[in-house]
Amino acid sequence: MPDPIPSYIHLLRAKDLIDRRYAQPLDVAAMAREAHASSAHFARSFKRAFGETPHQYLLRRRIERAQELLRSTQLGVTDVSLEVGFRSLGTFSRTFREITGESPSAYARRWRAAGAPPIPGCFAQMYTRPLGRAVLEKPAGGGLRNVTSTATDQEAPCD
Amino acid sequence: MRLTHTTIWVLDQDEALDFYTSKLGFEVNADATIDDFRWLTVSPPDQPDHELILLEPGPPMMDEPTAAQVRALIAKGVLGPGAFETDDCARSYAELSARGVPFISEPAQRSYGIEATLRDNSGNWFSMTQRSG
Repeated sequence: MPDPIPSYIHLLRAKDLIDRRYAQPLDVAAMAREAHASSAHFARSFKRAFGETPHQYLLRRRIERAQELLRSTQLGVTDVSLEVGFRSLGTFSRTFREITGESPSAYARRWRAAGAPPIPGCFAQMYTRPLGRAVLEKPAGGGLRNVTSTATDQEAPCD
Repeated sequence: MRLTHTTIWVLDQDEALDFYTSKLGFEVNADATIDDFRWLTVSPPDQPDHELILLEPGPPMMDEPTAAQVRALIAKGVLGPGAFETDDCARSYAELSARGVPFISEPAQRSYGIEATLRDNSGNWFSMTQRSG
């Protein structure tokens, strides 16, 4: 690994910022400031360290938080989309489906019927952030496939 | 504050569960899933309020190259998550050996007690110590 350790620590601060403020508008410039990096350098360094761009990380965090709300509350899909930082229900539903392969309402029906699992929230947040369908399917031989990019790759503004 | 949960990185949750229950004699505390995430914890029979979380490295916590590095560290025996205490190190050593737990060192006198070291079936090592005094 060519990166010196201190840069990982700065990048981690930016990642933690996303985890804290995922519901607010967050642009790459704000994330880069947290990492003490230039915007251009930041996204590339983030991807090299964590395997996905800051924008992908943010979108997947928002979808994970949405899944948690759909599992454990009675909030409607529109409220959930606003709660996790999407300004448009259409964008939310499309992003949710692209990343999880399922619609938000189908996800909610499935889990509300089953009941929320007894798993501590902090661990669920750390370990259930959906990465896209490709990595959620374990190959027969065991182990996980390489992280495959999904349709969330575009560097669109985080709305 | 008290420590209530400790993460043990393992190579395979099913195999780890078998080792920690049938070899070490621990009890299952939780086994639940959200989609592909399996929340699996075990506790020593004497300490039901401390849960060992048996976790496999992988996405989304780690990207795949990072997970491969962590798996290598586990398998190379680099990771030693902690130390167990026992009332009778020689007896525990005999019981666990008979059940097939691999030991790195047999019970030996140290300044702080009698200590043996064991390894789980992923590669993690633990001290098992009978404290003196």
